[in-house]
Amino acid sequence: MSASVDNADTNAPPPVAAPAQARGSDPGAADADPGLNANVDADPGSGAVPALQCTGLVYAFKQFRAVDEVDLLVEPGTVYGLLGPNGAGKTTAIRAITTLLPVPPRMVRVFGIDAARDPMAVRRLLGYVPQQLSADSALTGRENVAMFARLFDVPSKRRAARVASALDAVGLSDAADRMAGTYSGGMIRRLELAQALVSAPRLLILDEPTIGLDPIARASVWERIGEVRAATGMTVFVTTHYMDEADQYCDLISLMHRAKIRATGTPAELKASLGSPGATLEDVFRHYTGDTLDEPTREGFRDVRSTRRTAARLR
Amino acid sequence: MSVAPVEQRLGFAEPVALRTGWRVLPSRIFTLCVVELQKIRHDRTEIYTRAIQPVLWLAVYGETFTRIRAIPTGKVPYLDYLAPGIIAQSAMFIAIFYGIQIIWERDAGVLTKLLVTPTPRAALITGKAFAAGVKALIQALVVLVFAAILGVGMTANPLKLLGVAVLVVLGSGFFSCLSMSIAGIVLSRDRLMGIGQAITMPLFFSSTALYPISVMPGWLQPITRVNPLTYEVDGLRSLLIGTGGHLPLDFAVLFGATVLSITAASALLPRLAR
Repeated sequence: MSASVDNADTNAPPPVAAPAQARGSDPGAADADPGLNANVDADPGSGAVPALQCTGLVYAFKQFRAVDEVDLLVEPGTVYGLLGPNGAGKTTAIRAITTLLPVPPRMVRVFGIDAARDPMAVRRLLGYVPQQLSADSALTGRENVAMFARLFDVPSKRRAARVASALDAVGLSDAADRMAGTYSGGMIRRLELAQALVSAPRLLILDEPTIGLDPIARASVWERIGEVRAATGMTVFVTTHYMDEADQYCDLISLMHRAKIRATGTPAELKASLGSPGATLEDVFRHYTGDTLDEPTREGFRDVRSTRRTAARLR
Repeated sequence: MSVAPVEQRLGFAEPVALRTGWRVLPSRIFTLCVVELQKIRHDRTEIYTRAIQPVLWLAVYGETFTRIRAIPTGKVPYLDYLAPGIIAQSAMFIAIFYGIQIIWERDAGVLTKLLVTPTPRAALITGKAFAAGVKALIQALVVLVFAAILGVGMTANPLKLLGVAVLVVLGSGFFSCLSMSIAGIVLSRDRLMGIGQAITMPLFFSSTALYPISVMPGWLQPITRVNPLTYEVDGLRSLLIGTGGHLPLDFAVLFGATVLSITAASALLPRLAR
């Protein structure tokens, strides 16, 4: 709606107000984080380094700018939500951050490491759950998780116990030795969480983690993430178009619409910025974008359809 | 959830020291080979059904053409001449559709996730090439046993059989990487399916799998000489039945072609995730 207001919002360092306490989780979580630095050479190990920093991130598919001058600053130990309707550019932003799309230097930094200069070092720090439900249906649940444990160099002596504990944490112990092809959508999503978490990532990136899941499965996914965060101080970067989830689980939120960030703040700040009591994030979004979330944009619901297709195939 | 407090259950939360430098590639290749073996173990139907075709080639085509003596193979019976060709051909037929598998994994989101792990692209490709090689080895074993039953006189020298195994793995490695390279260019399963169908028969018929180069028309011979399948067949023939014989050249060509195709496929792989 009003670009000048938006820029003022995104350029200012985002306010971070004691995020962990709001969840009722371990307040010392963020403090514990530098301790995890031990295995990262390129990381200076200072608590001041943002978990994720995007500076003027641009990505264009031919003529179409899917991500346009996006600035993001994610403090370690927080849950950061990127909100927007389908086609806003969230997934493209995530693909740029996760090194799947080639980006120029200085646009994306993960714990201070430039994604363009050293993508392998960035990948060592990431856990990634894509939007699409994706588990290798030709392997059992346990083998799916063990593969990721191996790819992240979990020593063979500790691998079995660690894989079992990751499966247990997402409630899949009983189904662990079934083929992943027999899993339901909610189970696949939890399996993917176990895959992403088994390497103890410092930054967990979730792209629409609860899309297509029923309310119980949605709550369950967030519960697991909350538990792991409380125990490890892991940073979480999540995209969603469910406003209620963002309100409930995110410390800081950026609203994305038509490739640009329109506003950034804590859920409380964003709601307060409207000046009308009882405002919801839905209202905030409408205020900053002049748009509703249900409106299908240029990209339509292509991504959602492809998710459904996969779910059907995996079944 | 009610079993133990969170801190005790989260045994996976401890950070891991990740490999860096030269040890990453061999370690990841090993991992992906293990994963491919797990997949083969879970679904063996493909291995059984794939064995039907080469057996028919030997039992029907081979026996018939041995009887009519239409193809000049010197002192060697035609069936003996054919058996190594069928090993190479059946391995290629499996490998040439590996690109479809990698596109399927892309569509299923599995490949995307693997590309975000600290795994060199070459390891992902080599894992697939290895799987193609393992399947081809099982095929080769079936053909060898069946050929022996039909009375084909083959070597029992373990060293030569090891050489056969290496050639078969290199050959299917090359063709699977060729297929995955094409996948990285055309990016869609249907197009790759068409290209796969279009090139398998020309590759097969322009090689020396069925007949010697001397009976081919002049225009075909140069093509035969650049077809890696020719070198695989020649190597297998010279190891198994002791004819032909440019062994060092055969190994060198196949090794070079495999390395080249792994490099090409690794470079093209990220295109699938864009």
